[in-house]
Amino acid sequence: MTQAEARIRAVIVDDEDLARQVVRELLAEHPEIEIVSECANGFEAVKAVTELKPDLLFLDIQMPKLDGFEVLELIGTDMAIIFATAYDQHALRAFEVHAVDYLLKPFGAERFEQALGRAKTRLGGKLPPAPELRASTRAPGEYSERIVVRDGTRVHIIPIAKLDYAESQDDYVALASEGRKHLKQQTISSLESSLDPLRFLRIHRSYIVNLERVTKIEPYGKDTHVAILSDSTRLPVSRSGYGRLRAVLDRKG
Amino acid sequence: MHPILGDKKRLALYLIAWLILTELLFYVLIYHSGVSKLAAALYFFPLCLFYAFICLSAWYSCRGIPIDGTSFAGLLGPHLLAAIIVSFFWVLVAKALARAVSNFDRYRGFDQSIAREMPLLFAIGVLLYLLTVALFYVLLAQEASREAEQHEMEARVLARDAELRALKAQVNPHFLFNSLHSISALTSSDPRRAREMCIALADFLRATLGLGEKALIPLEEELSLIHSFLAVEKIRFGSRLQMEEQIDPATLDCMVPPLILQPLVENAVAHGIANLTEGGHIRLQASYRAETARVAIDVDNSFDPEAPARRRNGVGLVNVRQRLDTRYGNHASFSVEKNGEQFHVGLVLPAERKAIT
Repeated sequence: MTQAEARIRAVIVDDEDLARQVVRELLAEHPEIEIVSECANGFEAVKAVTELKPDLLFLDIQMPKLDGFEVLELIGTDMAIIFATAYDQHALRAFEVHAVDYLLKPFGAERFEQALGRAKTRLGGKLPPAPELRASTRAPGEYSERIVVRDGTRVHIIPIAKLDYAESQDDYVALASEGRKHLKQQTISSLESSLDPLRFLRIHRSYIVNLERVTKIEPYGKDTHVAILSDSTRLPVSRSGYGRLRAVLDRKG
Repeated sequence: MHPILGDKKRLALYLIAWLILTELLFYVLIYHSGVSKLAAALYFFPLCLFYAFICLSAWYSCRGIPIDGTSFAGLLGPHLLAAIIVSFFWVLVAKALARAVSNFDRYRGFDQSIAREMPLLFAIGVLLYLLTVALFYVLLAQEASREAEQHEMEARVLARDAELRALKAQVNPHFLFNSLHSISALTSSDPRRAREMCIALADFLRATLGLGEKALIPLEEELSLIHSFLAVEKIRFGSRLQMEEQIDPATLDCMVPPLILQPLVENAVAHGIANLTEGGHIRLQASYRAETARVAIDVDNSFDPEAPARRRNGVGLVNVRQRLDTRYGNHASFSVEKNGEQFHVGLVLPAERKAIT
């Protein structure tokens, strides 16, 4: 084998010092694994992973700034991820499908070795893209309250109420909020499914709009319309999108 | 307790109903016997009033013979027999009274002219008695249904109490597992502190276990519970958790529902401190307001308004509010405020000093 056998570079993310200490201690038995960084919150984790590109990530779920899922959503899945959590039914459901492994706190050496073994066999393997995992952790009827976007090593948090509209751009969506546009690697359909349908509507193949921002709809061309937002942005509305928009606006009165 | 004799309003209603009935009979009587109206009135109304009270005794036999589970014959037989005996007795009294009336010169011969009406009087007596019996059965049924309703209400209250007890006794599993994880970390690095944390955790669990049955505990006890909770959390969060307390000694012996403050402090840790990279502080204040005889308790903590949403969020606060509502109604108040990076929960309770449960 090659490089991977020689060294596995790991990052530990947990807001509690004692919890990081447990992982550190259990990893001491493994000289082939090198801890390249320890992070106490989501922001630090995104920065460390982006800069250091580790092979293995130990990730807590409940943390300040960003939770474990949001971190995962931002850093992609080019590494083996082992979640560690004290108690979280939703997370358990997600892990059954997607994660390399999950550890329930408190865990001991035996369970830890098992997780490590799985991570080693899966290292370099194909893992499902993060937004999918994110979507599957949401209970039905529960929608995102905020969207996290990474810009290099920096993280922006867009509260849902401040999102004006989203535009599809190839593999990305451009999120318009407070006069700025943030690019995020996600499909517009996956974004659509994470948003509350009472507040956001797909008005076009490439556009989702915040219904509160729509002030006017005007005809445009033969079959299509254009939606005018409160900041006078004009967005195309497709024929089927127009039907949906009319229905919602009529209902609101 | 007699349902009519024991209640002035009901007795008045009963006598009015009786008056209306006897008035009808009175006209039948004077038409039939031809005695003067005044004489008949003077004679008949006292007689009926007397009988009205006699009939009230039917209550005791009605209570003795429940309408459910007794055959029609078993029901009618005894009451009919009673009606005949009571009415017969009444006729004897009526005859004696008639003789007394005819002693007056003016009404000489009254007893003879009324004597012919005695069979009619007897029949009326039997009927009136049976009517009273029917009335008592209606009252009994009403009472039974009210009792059933009350039972149902009591059951509902009990169920709610049980639910609240269960909520009170519930230790947040997240807290428990995280604490165990911290202990497991300390066993190798700092066995002394591991032991301290075990003891703090045990103290807290023991205290919460014993509280299920108590309706109220002194504030002092609730505070000591919070201290053992914070002792555990302090080891987990280290310097990130700063605690501040201002407790008016006059409030220490005031009675509060158990575990009414602990969920607030737990919230302050889980949704406040745990979300802050640099940590923050929790301030707990209790003051006594002599003029209104109230205890005011405030829990303030720093929090990150942009923190990721956590599950269970708000459940603790809703429970506390519900429990205060159930216990005190509008004698207690509960308020939640977010102000920038400060989270404030305030409650005001009536100051109860002794253990009234």
